[in-house]
Amino acid sequence: MNIPARKGSVVLSCLQIKNIQVRHLGPLSLTISSDAAVSLRGQSGCGKSLLMRAIADLDPHLGEVILDGVPREEFSGPQWRKKIGYLPAVSQWWGDYVREHFDAEIDKDQIHEWLAALDLKQAILEATTATLSSGERQRLALIRLLANRPQVLLLDELTASLDSANITNVETLIAGYQQQQRCAVLWISHDHQQLQRVASRHFVIEQGKLLEQEMAWN
Amino acid sequence: MELITLTSWDLSLAALLVVALAVLSFQMRLGLSRSIIIAALRTVVQLMLIGLVLKLIFNTTHFGWVVLVAVVMLLAAGREVMVRQQRRFAGVQSFALGTLSLFISTVVVTLLVLTVVISAEPWYSPQYAIPLLGMMLGNTMNGIALGLDRLTQTAWQQRDVIEARLILGQTPQQSISDIRRESIRSGMIPIINAMAVAGIVSLPGMMTGQILAGAAPMEAVNYQILIMFMVTAGTGFGTIFAVTMAARHLFDGRERLRLDRLHKAIV
Repeated sequence: MNIPARKGSVVLSCLQIKNIQVRHLGPLSLTISSDAAVSLRGQSGCGKSLLMRAIADLDPHLGEVILDGVPREEFSGPQWRKKIGYLPAVSQWWGDYVREHFDAEIDKDQIHEWLAALDLKQAILEATTATLSSGERQRLALIRLLANRPQVLLLDELTASLDSANITNVETLIAGYQQQQRCAVLWISHDHQQLQRVASRHFVIEQGKLLEQEMAWN
Repeated sequence: MELITLTSWDLSLAALLVVALAVLSFQMRLGLSRSIIIAALRTVVQLMLIGLVLKLIFNTTHFGWVVLVAVVMLLAAGREVMVRQQRRFAGVQSFALGTLSLFISTVVVTLLVLTVVISAEPWYSPQYAIPLLGMMLGNTMNGIALGLDRLTQTAWQQRDVIEARLILGQTPQQSISDIRRESIRSGMIPIINAMAVAGIVSLPGMMTGQILAGAAPMEAVNYQILIMFMVTAGTGFGTIFAVTMAARHLFDGRERLRLDRLHKAIV
């Protein structure tokens, strides 16, 4: 595991969640080291997305979240959310054109590389958002998120609307990004086999509690 | 020209038209008959009362009385802004927001006009101060109420979009900028339209009243232009202030969208 040194003191590079409590969920704690991927399952409504929203600081809740030893309160909301790349199950597009959703000063070569990796044409950046298919929306939403260079990825049903070839492309892209950026990944999916493929540790939420399991299925 | 005095009989005839409208809306099941009758009764009672009050105040020209009437009008307008919101901030916040916005926009503009433009002697002469403030409050109230209602309703409907923008690292101001702009526009457009058609399509109410009361048309026109400019400035500044403050208050210190601060009005 990579342990970066920080101004003399040694700090674990990781995402630490301590005693998160929101509505019926928790308190629950979890540490994901950077470069590790963790899977999360549970019945619909058990609080998987609620946990991700809490980590991204979208809802008021109890508990602490610490990134690479720095508590979340040291960052403003926008700074924090850029580091925590949360991708909700349904992507939102507010502008008329895809390009409006990317910063002007993004790394264009990198975006083009990601588009190619996900079997999308560069011309799609000029497309109107109304004409995108659900699969295109989801893949573009991933690229839009990665453009922020997040240090953590919270992926909620990322591949739900994709065919098997595209699922493989997305999984490969995430694995590559994770290697390159040494980022911690939390996957939510109902596809047990996918979770077994992409994650090294597996958790399930049952009655508001987080339980670790050996496999991504019972 | 001589003023023709209206009798109770004349007003009763006009009232019959409103009753006819209420009957029709009942038959068409518009669900408005009750509102029409209550609003019409309120018009009669409230106007009669203010007529009596003005009659008393015009005789005294006491500063304290003018302030008292102004405060009552302001609070009533603030309450009206609040109750017109389908989704409003909890408790006193909603009332305070509307009243503060009205105060800042209408009172400042009215004071400016009374002291600098009209310069009556004394400047708070109730004959000028109270009708001007009333015109200002009535119109500004509409703009602020429309703008706020649009803001809270749209934010509610588009919460996923606002949060999607927050998730990508946008600030609250950026994530709600489109909605805020549209809300301010919807508050200001009616008064801008009214200015654009004044005199061609519509003869504004105040001017009509003055002409009916026997004033020279050009005098009435001058006052109407003054009123139009005051009302537009007041509505514009009031709506911008109210919508900006409300948009800010939809987020908390951690820059999270907090729609739980809004409560749905029970209609």
